[in-house]
Amino acid sequence: MASHQVSRALREGQLSPTELCRKCLNHIKRTRHLNAYITVTEEAAMKQAQEAEMRLQNGTPRGPLDGIPFAVKDNFCTKDILTTCASKMLGGYVPPFSATVVQKLLDQGAVLLGKTNLDEFAMGAGSTDGAFGPVRNPWSEAEAYRQHRGPEAQTDWVITGGSSGGSAAAVASLSSYFALGSDTGGSTRNPGALCGLVALKPTYGLLSRHGLIPLVNSMDVPGIMTRSAHDAATVLGILQGQDMLDATTIPSPPGQTDLPEDFDIKQITVGIPQEYHAPGLSSEVLHQWCRVAELFEEAGVQVRAVSLPHTQFSIVCYHVLCCCEVASNMARFDGLEYGHRSPVSLSTEAMYAATRHKGFNHVVRRRILSGNYFLLKQNYERYFVKAQQVRRLIADDFTKVFSSGVDVLLTPTTLSDAATYQDFMREDNRTRSAEEDIFTQPANMAGLPAVTVPTVLSSRGLPIGLQLVGRPMQDRKLLAVAHWMEERLGFPRISFCGDEETGESHPWAEREGTMAGA
Amino acid sequence: MFSNTVRRSLSYTTFYLRPIGHQRNAWLTSMADQSVQRYNSNDTNHVHHSKIPPSPTWQPVKMTQPTQVPGEVVDKLERLALVDFQNQEGVECLEKAIQFADQLHSVDSAGVEPMDSVLYDRSMYLRKDSINEGECAEALLQLSNHVVDEYFVAPPGNIPLVKNEER
Repeated sequence: MASHQVSRALREGQLSPTELCRKCLNHIKRTRHLNAYITVTEEAAMKQAQEAEMRLQNGTPRGPLDGIPFAVKDNFCTKDILTTCASKMLGGYVPPFSATVVQKLLDQGAVLLGKTNLDEFAMGAGSTDGAFGPVRNPWSEAEAYRQHRGPEAQTDWVITGGSSGGSAAAVASLSSYFALGSDTGGSTRNPGALCGLVALKPTYGLLSRHGLIPLVNSMDVPGIMTRSAHDAATVLGILQGQDMLDATTIPSPPGQTDLPEDFDIKQITVGIPQEYHAPGLSSEVLHQWCRVAELFEEAGVQVRAVSLPHTQFSIVCYHVLCCCEVASNMARFDGLEYGHRSPVSLSTEAMYAATRHKGFNHVVRRRILSGNYFLLKQNYERYFVKAQQVRRLIADDFTKVFSSGVDVLLTPTTLSDAATYQDFMREDNRTRSAEEDIFTQPANMAGLPAVTVPTVLSSRGLPIGLQLVGRPMQDRKLLAVAHWMEERLGFPRISFCGDEETGESHPWAEREGTMAGA
Repeated sequence: MFSNTVRRSLSYTTFYLRPIGHQRNAWLTSMADQSVQRYNSNDTNHVHHSKIPPSPTWQPVKMTQPTQVPGEVVDKLERLALVDFQNQEGVECLEKAIQFADQLHSVDSAGVEPMDSVLYDRSMYLRKDSINEGECAEALLQLSNHVVDEYFVAPPGNIPLVKNEER
């Protein structure tokens, strides 16, 4: 069930925060093989739940998230809790502070269950390239996929997408009500789509990056992963706003944060960017794209074909800018002040090199080296400045379309549904990222809000998502459109094999019925 | 779904697709049926929407010759980056990354101002230039593997990295 329903049950006393927290912790243990969590903060979570329980009993809850369990991607700093970025480089790193977005949730009484798995330093699109091993997509264990694959389904599991795959798996497997991801080129929306979630990449600057370990400073945003647009709006309302600790934050737009109740879909104009039919788009995703466009038209919404001419160069531009910023950002990891340090003591440089060789995986090392190449004096104009120019052309394409009267763009989120782990691992990380981020990274280039909404299960029984991209600062309107889609699409709830015989395995599946009706 | 066809279409699209005249969305493929995942018209749930192009719309891009990265540049990059290529495969990966990036040169960007932030048109908040946090030296020193009193300890400096002779 969605967190707003649990929130109501908590307030009405039908469920207690400690009971809820214990159930989530037990469920994390049962689903450990998904590898969604790197660290589970059991003791602290129970303590937070008890505090929330006191507040609720006294009738003084802090807000809609008081007592609601959540998870955080392990590239956000959390005070006194191990923070690894799924890299050996940060082995043993326990930050002395919490990221602003994490602190805001804790201040609201939300209960932190643990830190979730990812691709090392969030560089990847599968959650397969981290020091703690790959994350499994919970939908590979659901009835629909098992039936499709038959006996092979036992060994043949599918990826979550990435890089926020652990957060996606945590929310999709029902062990957490919502989770924080990060989104630089699609790292929240890609796993969100492949795991059947509503996953929001907010407008750049609306949420603080303070305490989010940077990948590409000019594109990184904290992402919100939930099971409904309503929940995403609630979490967004709490997290947004200017932060004195992040000079790139902007004040929240005025007005309410909840979804508008008087929202009239007929007032919206939907644009279909023609360039988003990219080579490799699966027929099933194309089908959903057409179906939802039709749904909008049937509801009296104006649907227009629009053009974003530089789309196909966006992934190339992203590749160059990402490597350059990575090369610069990763320079901070030298073994001296924190994290892994090599015992080599020949010279400072030798110690740095040995530390970084051991600490980074080959994906990170290769991006650093490519970035250094693009930034060499003789290449700087040819690659880095050129990419920055192309970035402006890409951002201008969006500006033109939005100023022509379009409110939201409807596009695919990914080329296809989730690949099996075996298929995914056939190509190297760079090639895969170039494929997987095609539809998602343009929104990061231009700093626009974008959300993926689950539509249906594919013929393989796996989720297919579609993306909505909005104007800057129109995150709430975007979520209102997402909510409209959600209501009409009726995406199925995950159902696991054997759920019926062993009612115990998902204790709140049964509660769900009673509470949704409450 | 994520079949080899899909992958092949991605990696070879730029090589094998040519537009036919000026007809939009019409393509000629030199690897018939292999390089492009077509919209499957046998799909029983076939839905077509007039605003959504039925086939891929990307324009062909001329791929440049792969750049050879000479040994001395490899060496220089390793010194700058303080990470190593490890093997020839690592160098080849860089060469592929450069070739991929070279596609940018088919975009005309003459006179376009480079964009380094999406907030370029906003006036950003600047805090007062005064100290309002600190007193955390101890907490920070605790994170290091090697400190003496209030100092981080590094091995001897000003010694350049030895050349990687193995390569």
